[in-house]
Amino acid sequence: MIALLRRDLVLAVRAGGGFGLGLAFFLVLSVLVPFGVGPEADVLARIAPGILWIGALLSCLLSLDRIFALDFEDGSLDLLATAPVPLEGVAVVKALAHWLTTGLPLTLLAPGLGVLLNLPPAGFGWLVISLAVGTPALSLIGAFGAALTVGLKRGGLLLSLLVLPLYVPTLIFGAQVATQGAAGLEVGTPLVLLAGISAGTLALMPFAAAAALRINLR
Amino acid sequence: MSFWEFANPKRFMQLSSRLLPWVAGVSLACLLVGLIWGFFFTPEDYRQGSTVKIIYLHVPAALMAINAWLMMLVASLVWIIRRHHVSALAARAAAPVGLTFTVIALITGAIWGQPMWGTWWAWDPRLTSFLILALFYMGYIAMWEAVENGDTAADLTSVLCLVGSVFAILSRYAVLFWNQGLHQGASLSLDKEENVADVFYLPLLVCIAGFILMFLALVLLRTRTEIRARRLKALLNRERMA
Amino acid sequence: MMPDLGKYAAEVVSAYAVSLGLLIGLVALSLRRSARLRDALRQVEDRQRKTNG
Repeated sequence: MIALLRRDLVLAVRAGGGFGLGLAFFLVLSVLVPFGVGPEADVLARIAPGILWIGALLSCLLSLDRIFALDFEDGSLDLLATAPVPLEGVAVVKALAHWLTTGLPLTLLAPGLGVLLNLPPAGFGWLVISLAVGTPALSLIGAFGAALTVGLKRGGLLLSLLVLPLYVPTLIFGAQVATQGAAGLEVGTPLVLLAGISAGTLALMPFAAAAALRINLR
Repeated sequence: MSFWEFANPKRFMQLSSRLLPWVAGVSLACLLVGLIWGFFFTPEDYRQGSTVKIIYLHVPAALMAINAWLMMLVASLVWIIRRHHVSALAARAAAPVGLTFTVIALITGAIWGQPMWGTWWAWDPRLTSFLILALFYMGYIAMWEAVENGDTAADLTSVLCLVGSVFAILSRYAVLFWNQGLHQGASLSLDKEENVADVFYLPLLVCIAGFILMFLALVLLRTRTEIRARRLKALLNRERMA
Repeated sequence: MMPDLGKYAAEVVSAYAVSLGLLIGLVALSLRRSARLRDALRQVEDRQRKTNG
């Protein structure tokens, strides 16, 4: 499984792997926001945590279809399915690779973009914490969506339609932590719930994703 | 004669062709009686005025929007465990009906709330949850349309329905937290559980019965269509191969 | 005959109109699709019955 992880990481970072794409998208989105809502500092300050969360979420979405599609097309997914590693483990590794190459970099980039959007000083820490805790859930849920649509030709759009509603609870609690934190309010409850979602998806999504993969590999 | 006999498509077609006219007929009767009674022969609410009459559409539609999804969940489980095609096709048939009920619940809910909230849409927790449910329905329907192979589509949509159900429940609570905070009671939402006076209650029950039967009739009708579609596809494939 | 709906007349009527419209539309579409498939299936079955003798 470590070998699989290493291979996926290398593939993602290599040219054509789409590694920088998600980060670039996050940046562009954040730049577009003031053009849409106006440059007033206090407006931006209030919406910054939410916008950054949505930006991170959408950027995660971009690279989801790559999780399984490439291996599916060239037959390596069939090989992985028959390998001694359980398919659930493959799903976890794939989700982890996605998080390391998408969720984690986005989390680290977010404070920089927070400067652009007038994020209040108290918000920087909570933004990073909420993203760090929440983006794994996004990768895991996304892996499930990718597994469902891996056999489809134009699966990308359907993938978004399926995955975005599933993202709602994570977004709600994640953005709450970031927003309340920025306002100096209490963040305990949403943070615990967010962590709960990440833990729950780690427990459940690999099984769901593996089930979907088995169906598609028949 | 066990219930599972009707998992056989032929048996299902026979039974449903006999049942359908009756179910449809009684449903129509209930709807006419309930809606006419509610619309014309009930008083106004002292607080909400005549908008309370929207209850006769909003509450049954909302109830059935949820129940339709539950039926799809059960049908999906039956497919996963027992591989009865009729069950998978029934789930597929029910989805657009459930979506329509959800949209009706949303629109009537928004219209009903407008005089109280002053806007055409408010992110009230209940309405928001129904909006999310509508998205789940759409994703489910889109998945059926996207996959070519019937059995694969049935399998994938069943998994989606299962996972979706978990997230639907999770979202319900997340949305409640999002709009009200965990420790506040519901304040703005249209409280269906409010003590509905008897004079409103009886026509409402009749309308609910009408909606349940209408759902049943539509699912019977649409499942028959899906069974025929599947058979047609198989026959055309056979022709193509020959 | 029409009850006095008071100041909320527009809301109540539009709610009923939209809902009933959607329901009738759903029923109509379902019936039409059912009829179309019934006929198409019958055609193909007849055709196959003839060629198979």
